[in-house]
This record gives sequence, C-alpha cells and structure tokens, in this order.
Amino acid sequence: MPLPIGNVLGILADNLEKRKGVVPLSPKKAAAWAQGLDIPFGGEMVIYTGQMYQLIPLINSLADQMAKFENSWLTSFFGLGRLINKGINLSWFMALGHRSEQAAYNNLLRNIARLLQTAGVEFGYLYENELYSGALLFDEGVDDVFAEQARRVYQIFKERGVKRVITVDPHTTNMLRSVYPKVISGYDIEAESYLEVLAQRGFNLVNQLDLDVVIHDSCVYARYEDVVAEPRKLLQGAGVRIHEPELSGKLTYCCGGPLESLFPSKAQAIAAQRVEQLASCGHQVATMCPICLANLKRAAGTALEVKDISEYLVDAYCTESR
Amino acid sequence: MLKVNAEFLKSMKLADDFNASACINCGSCTALCPMGINLLPRLLFRYVLMGVPEKILENTANIYSCLLCKMCEDNCPADVHIAENVRALRVYINRNIYGLSRS
Repeated sequence: MPLPIGNVLGILADNLEKRKGVVPLSPKKAAAWAQGLDIPFGGEMVIYTGQMYQLIPLINSLADQMAKFENSWLTSFFGLGRLINKGINLSWFMALGHRSEQAAYNNLLRNIARLLQTAGVEFGYLYENELYSGALLFDEGVDDVFAEQARRVYQIFKERGVKRVITVDPHTTNMLRSVYPKVISGYDIEAESYLEVLAQRGFNLVNQLDLDVVIHDSCVYARYEDVVAEPRKLLQGAGVRIHEPELSGKLTYCCGGPLESLFPSKAQAIAAQRVEQLASCGHQVATMCPICLANLKRAAGTALEVKDISEYLVDAYCTESR
Repeated sequence: MLKVNAEFLKSMKLADDFNASACINCGSCTALCPMGINLLPRLLFRYVLMGVPEKILENTANIYSCLLCKMCEDNCPADVHIAENVRALRVYINRNIYGLSRS
C-alpha cells in the first residue's frame, strides 16, 4: 500500500503548527553551525538559512523510515500515528540517528558564511530566533498552515529590523522572493541567494582549482528564480572546468527530492536517472541545493563524488580553515 | 456519466493562477515530464474546467507525484502555469478531502 498522503501531510502540518518545524529540530541545534564565526546578532541584512541544510540529516533519516513503511501493511496505522503525534512527538523518534551527518551539513553553512565574510559582505544572523520558511508545506498545497508560518517568519524579521536577507538554498530563496509577497500583505523584505551576492561582489582567488566538475542545476534556481549564470561564474573564476550534462541550466533534470516524503521509491528512481546522466559527463559533481545534494549522494553511492558548490568555492576563495 | 459540480468549479475558479484553458493540447508537457505523468495537464485540467471533481480524485497519486520541477511549464507554448495549477489541485484536495484547513 502506498503511503497515505493525507495522514503524512497531516503529521507534517501538525508539526509545523505545534512545533514550528516539519521535523523536530531545536533552535539551539539549528543555530549551532554559526559557533565561532563571529556573526553579529540581527541587523538590517541577515543570512537566512531557513534551516534547510540543518534539516537534511533529519529528513534523510525520516525518509529511510518512510521508505520502510511504503507498500507495507503498517501504512494503515498512519491515521492513528497522526493522532498520537499531536500529543507525543513521534516524528522525533523516526528522525533519530542523524548525528553523524549533522556536522557535515553544518560545515556547508559555515562555508557559505565564510565566503560572504571573505567577500566583505556585512551581515548578521538571527540565531535561535530563525524559523523554517514552510517551503515543503507550500509545495504540497497545505496553504493555510504555510501562510501562518510565513507570517511568523515575516513578523520576526520586522521585529528585528531586518530589511534584506541572504538565502542559502533555492527553495528558501523562492519562498522569500517570489511566494511570500503573494501571501503576506505589505511584504517588503529583499531576498537574494548567496550565489547572486557573491557573483556581484567578486573576490580574490586564493587557490586555483584544477578540477573537472559536472554541474547539476537546481530546478528551483534555474526555472523559478533564474539563477543559472552565477554558479557558473563563481566556479569558472575558481579555475574549475565545468561540464554540462545534456539536461542542464534552464533544462535541468530534477533530483527526485521533492517526492521523498510521499513517494520514496519514485524519488529514488528519478535520482538514479539523474546520476546516470551526470556520470556520463564526469566523476565530480557540484550541487547548489541541500535536497539535491542528499538525494543524488544517496543514489550515487561511490559512483560519483557529489559535493555542495560551497565546498569547491571555499577551497578556491578562502584561506585558513576555522 | 460525468456530472458537473458547481461548487468545485467555483472553488477552482477562485484559485489565483489556475489558467488551464490556455492549453492548446500540443503534448509538450507529456513528452517532457520526468515522471511520465501522461495526463497532465491536458486531460486532468480539462476535467477541472468541466467541473468534475471525481476524476480529479481518481488521480490523486498523480497530482502528488508531480515534482513541480517546471520542465513542462518552462517549455509550454501556451504559457499555462502548470506547476501552480497542480498545486491548486493539491490545495483543493487538502482542504476538501484531507481536512487540512484552518477555516
């Protein structure tokens, strides 16, 4: 039996309403990546992670559990599970076992902050005040719950005097730049991806990378937000020889990630197709979305070296490690 | 025998970006879909325009299987907002079938 769509979405929606996140992530853990980076609290311009990189290890763990439920007799108990989850946070138990990945994903956020600092961008961070954007519930059409979360996020920005945000992933960029203005009356926050900010600034190359890298564009960056030239400019500036798959840029092919929560096996099939397309162009791959990174990494195994674009950029543009 | 449901028709007309009537039935969307969802948007959206929710509900799995990757939409010669149309159907199902509504 396939996963029961209504109950799975219901659990995610209940979590967002009651616990301010679709899967359990404490504010302290969400902000842990920034330790020691000397990023000031708040300010008119802040980095807004939307908690996407921090959530990936939890989502990976949850997706593994959901894949076990898919086509199992246990799917008929999801209604009961949703009822219990309202009082006891069952999703917390399902998303255990992620700690080994958390440091790696936190490090990608540290890369992004260090790149911005090196480029001379002055920005703050809301630390434990930052909330998840609600992107997943928007995509799944749970609009009422999403709209409430969007208003909560906006209220925090206004209370803290934030006017501009630098986003770090395509889904959050899309929410804050294109979706929030449609659901929040008077919305006036400017949002730009860190890739756009860095590409506009430009900065000095520290280490010329002598690498052949296959680029995997995010559907959301390429087709929703028109962020195509910026990652290429930054990689080329780093000395990377970019290899484009046949389906690339505006014609990029999905990683399958959006289906992880409802149709895990379909998500894995799409990821396997994309891995094959990428593998025909080279071994090292650059992604620019944490969902693409997680899904392609899992599908590729050891066949490809899939890395977030920030890993290449930090090697090229930043000096000492922190 | 298909019956028109006026309430359904009204609720879909209220969806801001639902513009399936622009579809010219060229089939580009079907040819490009990574998921191989062969009824989007031509058949499914036609049922919406006709006001037949039963046919929408028969295809719930397809509606939630869409990746919203916009491969079809970006290549649609009639500028149909395919991804937003699919999302509008999810909103309808979430509110009216799954009870995921605040109102």
